[in-house]
Amino acid sequence: MRRSRALLAAGAALSLVLTACTTDAPTDGAPDEGAETGTGGDWFDAEEYEAQLAQRDIEPEGPEDEPWLQAIDPEYADTSEHALEGAEREDPTVCFSNASVSNPWRVTGWITMQQQVEVLQESGDIGEFRVSDAADDDNQQISDIQAFVDSGDCDAIIISPSTTATLTPAVETACESGAPVIVFDRGVNTDCMVSFIHPIGGYAYGADAAEFLVEELEPGSKVLALRILPGVDVLEHRWAAAQRVFGDSDVEVLGHEFTEGDGATIKDLVTQHLQRGEVDGIWMDAGDGAVAALEAFEDAGRPYPVISGEDELSFMRKWEEEDLTALAPVYSNFQWRTPVLAASMVLDGEEVPEEWVLPQEPVTEEDLDEYLERNAEMPSLHYAKFGGEDLPGYPEAWQDR
Amino acid sequence: MTATGVPGTLRRTGAALAGGGSGTVYALLALVFAVVFAINPSFAQPPSLLAFAQQAAPLVVLAVGQYLVIVAGELDLSVGSLVGAQVVIAARLIDGQESATLPVLLLMVAFGAAVGLVNGLVTTVLKVPSIIATLGMMLVLYGAVRLWTGGAPTGALSEAFRTAGRGDAVELPLLGGVPWALLIAAAAGAAAVALMRAPQGRTLVAVGDNATAAAFSGARVWRVRTLAFVGSGVLATLAAILIGGFAGVTAQVGEGLEFSAITAVVLGGVVLGGGRGTVVAAIGGALAVEALFTLFNQLYLPSTIQPAVQGLIIIAAVAYASRERSRRSPRAPADAGGPEKSPREEV
Repeated sequence: MRRSRALLAAGAALSLVLTACTTDAPTDGAPDEGAETGTGGDWFDAEEYEAQLAQRDIEPEGPEDEPWLQAIDPEYADTSEHALEGAEREDPTVCFSNASVSNPWRVTGWITMQQQVEVLQESGDIGEFRVSDAADDDNQQISDIQAFVDSGDCDAIIISPSTTATLTPAVETACESGAPVIVFDRGVNTDCMVSFIHPIGGYAYGADAAEFLVEELEPGSKVLALRILPGVDVLEHRWAAAQRVFGDSDVEVLGHEFTEGDGATIKDLVTQHLQRGEVDGIWMDAGDGAVAALEAFEDAGRPYPVISGEDELSFMRKWEEEDLTALAPVYSNFQWRTPVLAASMVLDGEEVPEEWVLPQEPVTEEDLDEYLERNAEMPSLHYAKFGGEDLPGYPEAWQDR
Repeated sequence: MTATGVPGTLRRTGAALAGGGSGTVYALLALVFAVVFAINPSFAQPPSLLAFAQQAAPLVVLAVGQYLVIVAGELDLSVGSLVGAQVVIAARLIDGQESATLPVLLLMVAFGAAVGLVNGLVTTVLKVPSIIATLGMMLVLYGAVRLWTGGAPTGALSEAFRTAGRGDAVELPLLGGVPWALLIAAAAGAAAVALMRAPQGRTLVAVGDNATAAAFSGARVWRVRTLAFVGSGVLATLAAILIGGFAGVTAQVGEGLEFSAITAVVLGGVVLGGGRGTVVAAIGGALAVEALFTLFNQLYLPSTIQPAVQGLIIIAAVAYASRERSRRSPRAPADAGGPEKSPREEV
């Protein structure tokens, strides 16, 4: 029995070592040290960061009341080679490979896209709209795209990639098929597509939120960062930018916690931080569960923090009810309309921006009431800047999801 | 680590699974709390402890439900998905109307019992191993809820619904508000203790220990096991009411809770495969798991470490229990139908 006890002790020691390793891994990846030295970590690209921050101040080109058709600093690409003529232009087939509809943001955007497609189908600009959903599985999406190519039916292919590096070859395969390819939301490491559509980006998002907190909080205030999960580029960029902004300021970052967007986890973590001391500000890399974080303050009988959430309605409604000091950074949901419109334009041979950067403006105190009024009938996990108010299915399509 | 010890231990792990008492887990709980207090003395104040109790309550309730199934020799992997489904269903049906609260609560209990009944009947009548039956149920619920809601929950919970998970039952001098969740979890625990002392509880353990022997002595094994699953389904519903009340509705609610519940139960020394362990120890296991996560948080460890630690706890706790068992009685009674049955036992 002595032997098995020794074994047990060794096992316990091993598990300690293993867990220690596990703890180290995320911090290696996170640019903690980078923020201090100003060089940034793996996820920090100084050039891209500066570019995104500058893009926030550039007046976008395009129709004023249709932000999904606006573009920041566009460089137009000639698409005449993809123009369809005569009978071919009648009812062309557009194929869409979707990464997933696994979160409320994607669900909202997906509804908007379908409504936009209906409009284009009525007008005869596109015919069949073929869709595959990869449910967040890279391999599934690669074979989905391959199936589109093999079918030979797609006159244009739209791709919302699930991850960057893994999907790059699949996007290249789609390009080689000859059909025009349009990529949106997350990017890929190739420029073979006709257009890459995305809002300004994660750095601008994270910086908007962090700058707001720095401005509203007294020097020496304590900020808690709540993050969904590590390793996703759009989320890591938000945090990298925030670290940069906080690093140059007088506010103290208490730490960052991964929550997977689960309300119970968020409320629990915030409650524990409140037991330990003051929390003056909350920075979030996505708005899921922002209300749970605020409830932790209510239940602990503490004053509300200055908070940055997202343009998700549950948070914006809470903001209005409790008259919070808050900001809702936006990862423009209306971008889901643009790819199908772009596909139709390309098939007409109209030029489109090679990199189509859509505007991305946070919802502030000033326009809070306006956006709440516009979305008064919408469910709480809906995104205020969904940009589908002028589509025929509004509002039922977004209400009955 | 010596090579000669490994094969022997491995063989014994298959042959003999048994638990330590509830003393071990409560000692661990006390130790973890002592460390937490040392790091952060303010955590020892009553409001912090009551907040801890409120937040641990859903897992305690889930652990009691999981205990009923595990001690009967089965496993219920569907509880996390069931919690998620119940919260989403409640939000959609209540949609903020206070008057809908009670009917929806009753509907939830019925739904939870029905899910448990299906789990139980698929396991006992169709003879599908419970690990597969409940894994299937987990995926069915996960998918069905997403299909029904189009991927994102809609609606809102009423204030009355949220009272159980969020509100205080009484305001006591010195202590502060005592949360409803604490009283509800304590009541569920007490009811389970009473059940396990009653003849029905003894039958449950006997079925988990040796189904064949239990059948010979007159127990209807399929009925006992099915009822254990129904109990787990109803208690998962209670946990859903507490969790939904605590934090409201989010798309991710309930994810991974089945593993937290199983971790809690095995940490309490309850033996997978059935027949050993007490419900009090399972409750202790739930509290210890929550306390451990609190400790990690106090140490500023990232919360992504939790799954890794849970995995290690499950392995270590089961290994520890098997070691205890092999020391006490080398020839364990055969576990009827359990996956742990080894050829040696049949001799």
